[in-house]
Amino acid sequence: MTGILQFLKNCARQVTTGGRAYFLWLAALACAIAVGVTGYANQAQHGLIVTNIRDQVSWAFYIGNFTFLVGVAAAAVLLVIPAYVYHWGPIKEVVLLGELLAISALAMCLLFIMADMGRPDRLLHMTPIIGSPNWPRSLLTWDALVLNVYLVLNLTVVGYILYESYNRREPNKKILFPLVILSIPVSISTHTVTAFLYNGMAARPYWNASILAPRFIASAFCSGPAVMLILFQVLRKTAGIPIKDEAIRKVAELMAYAMFFNLFLLGAELFKEFYSATEHLQYTKYYWFGIGSHTALVKYAWGSLAASVAAFVIFVVPRFRENWTLLNLGCLLIWAGVYIEKGLGLVIPGFTPDTLGEIYEYQPTLTEWSIAIGVFGVGFLILTVLVKISVPILTGTFKAQEAASASH
Amino acid sequence: MTTQIEAPSLPVPSEPPERPLQAGEDEARHDEGRRTFMKLAAASGVMAGLSGCSVSLDEFLQKHFKELKGEELKKVLARLEAKQKARWGQSVRIGTEAAQEGVEFGYGLDISRCVGCRRCVYACVQENNQSRESPQIHWIRVLEMDKAHGVDLAHAEVYYDPATVPQPGKFYFPVQCQQCRNPPCVKACPTQATWKEKDGIVVIDYDWCIGCRCCMSACPYGARHFTFAEPTLPAGELNPDQHYLGNRPRPKGVVEKCTFCIQRARNGRYTACVEVCPVGARKFGNLLDPESEIRKVMETKRVFIFKEELATHPQFYYFYAS
Repeated sequence: MTGILQFLKNCARQVTTGGRAYFLWLAALACAIAVGVTGYANQAQHGLIVTNIRDQVSWAFYIGNFTFLVGVAAAAVLLVIPAYVYHWGPIKEVVLLGELLAISALAMCLLFIMADMGRPDRLLHMTPIIGSPNWPRSLLTWDALVLNVYLVLNLTVVGYILYESYNRREPNKKILFPLVILSIPVSISTHTVTAFLYNGMAARPYWNASILAPRFIASAFCSGPAVMLILFQVLRKTAGIPIKDEAIRKVAELMAYAMFFNLFLLGAELFKEFYSATEHLQYTKYYWFGIGSHTALVKYAWGSLAASVAAFVIFVVPRFRENWTLLNLGCLLIWAGVYIEKGLGLVIPGFTPDTLGEIYEYQPTLTEWSIAIGVFGVGFLILTVLVKISVPILTGTFKAQEAASASH
Repeated sequence: MTTQIEAPSLPVPSEPPERPLQAGEDEARHDEGRRTFMKLAAASGVMAGLSGCSVSLDEFLQKHFKELKGEELKKVLARLEAKQKARWGQSVRIGTEAAQEGVEFGYGLDISRCVGCRRCVYACVQENNQSRESPQIHWIRVLEMDKAHGVDLAHAEVYYDPATVPQPGKFYFPVQCQQCRNPPCVKACPTQATWKEKDGIVVIDYDWCIGCRCCMSACPYGARHFTFAEPTLPAGELNPDQHYLGNRPRPKGVVEKCTFCIQRARNGRYTACVEVCPVGARKFGNLLDPESEIRKVMETKRVFIFKEELATHPQFYYFYAS
């Protein structure tokens, strides 16, 4: 017990020491969080009327961000697979960093859900025993279940690896391996269930297409690793974690394939909608071309497509992806492309026109932006703190005193 | 032989619903948001936020309606009634009448009679204590459609505002909760806060709903509405004759919908919309009673249901009587 207390104390010290850049980064995150808190205070006081969510578009920016981040959380851990297949060397590091990102992304997911709820004070009504979860019928109960299982699984693996490494012990493979393997199907299921949340709604033809879940997975394989690639480069420079060039380029190549698959599925969807041209075409039409004077999303649609195609080209041509500037540009483009596609581009056209044919053009308000900025602030703060603790443990500069480890 | 029914002319239709501002139109509101934002940023923000979501311990611990029995239920009702008395200065009665054996409600709407006057919309608002403005909540949406297109949502207009109704070349198609036998909203709700009663009415426990709005995404009829802000209901306009699952005022942040005026229907009365309709386009009754008005309609007219391809099996039927 004293060992754990000492560990936590040392972690706190680790987090509160650092260079000027580190504290500037923390200050920036604190500002973002302050913006979010003010935004949320406004919303809690007046209700969701301070957003542009209305009966016609009843889910919007918050749920879009949630959906995108589920993808990030899911895909970060999936890097485990290529790490094993291609023998990248620092597998433990790759696994750990992936899980840290997953934890941060999941925290953001839960915060976005809380921001979207009309009555967050009644959240417990969804839990077993205290509440009355409509399980297994309601997809949202499934989503809550798999996301929480995934979060607990990641916290366990991360906590175990870090605590053992800190105490100068090699983590027991017999415990670790099954947990890491288990986290792969769980991560896929989180994104699949989130897709089903939309997919199962027959009232919304834009989502009621069986291609939705595969598209979710394909796009997640792009956005999650994009963050990881940048994180790998930062840590390689600042903390000396030995991640090989080939590993980074391999991830970029895999992202190109995932993006190709994502674009192919998009093409399949567009063909079906435009060729059959039924009444259901109007949602797709609204997104890509607008309906009459209602064209709020058109620029996002084409911007997202352009970003995705450009990133695909960068990642698929070896000469381009071996250029660090281009590679990082590609990561940003992928992130932007998928952020729009799985955010506003997924949620809003599902509701436009609404079920009675009305067109309400949604765009987030300042309050919605503030809350989103705050949530991203919290997420990146969690990631920063976790990385700040984990990296020195991994590199062996932050470990228990001999006496402390001997007491075990 | 056919008889042509002459619809009485109603020169002044009721107000159209409040149209939400669209993207690009809402500069004024954004500025308002910015001002509030700045004000709040002045440190008082957090406090204001906390006071905005104040929930008493009793409210926090209140059980699901189906689990409230006997004394406990009485206590909850007394508390809710007292709260209304404090806010509106009016004594109210919150009933909990259960579904009756052998009753299954059905509704018929005669499209050839409806003139689009929206009397039903506002009678419903008054009867069911809906929020009057910001947010304005209407459980009935009357769609104006082109005779040239038939029932086609791509050519429907809910904000029609002519000097007189009906307009030439147009017909009117009111939509409200269809009380589906296979309700997608009930399936989507993560907390069982909404369910179908034995008499067919789909109800919501407003004190159990978490405001996630899954049901609104799931509903194919736009029948569910969200209380985006504390409802506005002027003193003196509160309908004191209430049902727990029906027209009692809703708190901020939950979903509400048409309940066939459960507070009336379960006491043998017509719904407010049926009563107010000046052209008799609305029919209501017990589907299990062969002598009821709705059964007569189904027997003698030809009815259809809205969006039958979704297999929601509504208890709400449309028909063309003439």
